[in-house]
Parts: sequence; C-alpha cells; structure tokens
Amino acid sequence: MAHKIAVVGDKDSVLPFKILGFDVFAASTPQKARETIDSLADKDYGVIYLTEAMAKEIPDTIKRYDAEVQPAIILIPNHKGSLNIGKDRIQDNVEKAVGQNIL
Amino acid sequence: MARLNVKPTRMELSNLKDRLAISTRGHKLLKDKQDELMRQFIDLIRENNKLRDEVEKELTEAMRAFVVAKSLLNESFIEELFAIPDKSVSLNIEEKNIMSVMVPEMNFSVNEDEKESEMQYGLLNSNSELDDSIDRISNILPKLLKLSEIEKTCQLMADEIEKTRRRVNALEYLKIPQLKETIHYIQMKLEENERASITRIMKVKDMGT
Repeated sequence: MAHKIAVVGDKDSVLPFKILGFDVFAASTPQKARETIDSLADKDYGVIYLTEAMAKEIPDTIKRYDAEVQPAIILIPNHKGSLNIGKDRIQDNVEKAVGQNIL
Repeated sequence: MARLNVKPTRMELSNLKDRLAISTRGHKLLKDKQDELMRQFIDLIRENNKLRDEVEKELTEAMRAFVVAKSLLNESFIEELFAIPDKSVSLNIEEKNIMSVMVPEMNFSVNEDEKESEMQYGLLNSNSELDDSIDRISNILPKLLKLSEIEKTCQLMADEIEKTRRRVNALEYLKIPQLKETIHYIQMKLEENERASITRIMKVKDMGT
C-alpha cells in the first residue's frame, strides 16, 4: 500500500525537504502542529518527520502514536542543532525494554 | 504466598494440576519469546543509536547550509524554487511479523523525473550555497528513511518486550507459586481426611469386639 511522507515544523527547517518530494506542512505554533499531525495521521501518511523544537511542546501527541504501526513520527533536528529529544527517546526505549541503560 | 480460595476436593486438585501444567508451559514459551525479542532488540537499538547520531549531525549541517543560502536570497524566490519538486518519494509499508510484533517494513522508491538535470531551478535566482545544501539533504535521504523504519520498529518492540516481561514475571512469581501452594494444601488436606477416616473405622471395629 502506498503511503506519503510529511514534514511538520517551523518554516525554515522544513522547506528544504520539499525538494526531496516530501509534503511539507509549516506550523508556527504548537497548537497548529498538533492539529496538523492529527489530520495527517488520519490520512495515509506513513512517516511524519517532526522538528524537535516543535516536538518539545507536544509530547502527548507524539506519545499517542507510539503504539501504532503507522504513522511513524520521527524527530529531526532543526538548523539550530539537536535538542537531544530523539536520543532521549531511544534511551527511554532501552530502559523500558532492558530495565537499565546499556548503551 | 497466599493460596487460592478453593475447596480441598479431588475435583479441584485435578483442575489445579491442569492449570499448573498450562501455566508452566506458557511461562516457558513467553520466556523464550522474551529472550529472542531482547536479542533482536539489542542489535536494532544499537544500530538505531548509531544511525540517529549520524543523521542528526548531517541534517543539522545541511540545514545550517540551507539557512545560510536562504539568507542570501529573497524569500519569494526560494519559495518559487521549491514550488514544484522534481522528485517524488513513494513509500510502501508492509507489516512484518517479528515474534508476533507487527512492525512496519518500509520500502522507498525515489522517482526522479530527469536524473541528468539535477537542479531544476534557474541560475538567476539561486546561488551555489543553495546547490550545496540541497545536495547534502539529498544525500541524507536514504539514511533518514532507514532511520524511520528502525526507530519505529524499536519503539514497537520495546513496548512488546515490556508487556512480555510483565507476563513472564506474573506467571513466574505469582501464578505458579500460588498454584503449587494450593495443590500442596489440597493434597495435605486429602491425606489428613484419609487418615481421619481410617482411624474412625479402626475405632468402630474396636467397639464391636
């Protein structure tokens, strides 16, 4: 089944992804980002890339889609650098599964 | 360990013995599942960690380059350049089954309309920094897509491992000891009853003589 890929985040960070053929949705406020993600999840988007700066504001929305097979919400850094939220999520997964951090 | 609240009868004893056999088999199976999940998870999460490091580093650099390029140009030009992308990425998600965890298997295909003409925008309103940043982002693409697949898989597997561990522990430390204790209790009780009735019969016999 064919799926689409979306990028959500502040305008400066997401624009370059347009050249790759991703669907770009600029969201200026966390509220807007949340609505965008919810509406994208309803459609057949398989992967949603979200900037970390935005992800910081809406952790509960991301958590809601963690248990679903799709969409996969993947955090990407923006031009100001990584906020380490993506890394923290990996560490959380390790701790949840193994019981302690082995990385 | 608290024993179950059941009547000490032969019927219950046989029921409980069946339950114990099933619980033990279930525990063994779940334990095997947990071990195998863990083995695969550890390989995957290591790769995930490495890949994320690389992607984050490269992506940040590429985005910095893009911001620099953008600052040199008028914003409306930039939007015009990106108005019609020359590539399209299509994504096929198939569900794969790893130890009964449904994980997505993502197949990407990048359709480039014309490969030879890489830059589909005019030379007039663009600059070399822009070319550079777009080149970089294009190079990250395969890694980024791979990361998506692995990260989602890890996420789902972590949930499943946690669930399995709870089940294994519940069986190992609660259910099985409980059943064993109750079976022991019933056996003792039945033996006691037997002894009581033997004594009674002996007593009755004595009275007759």
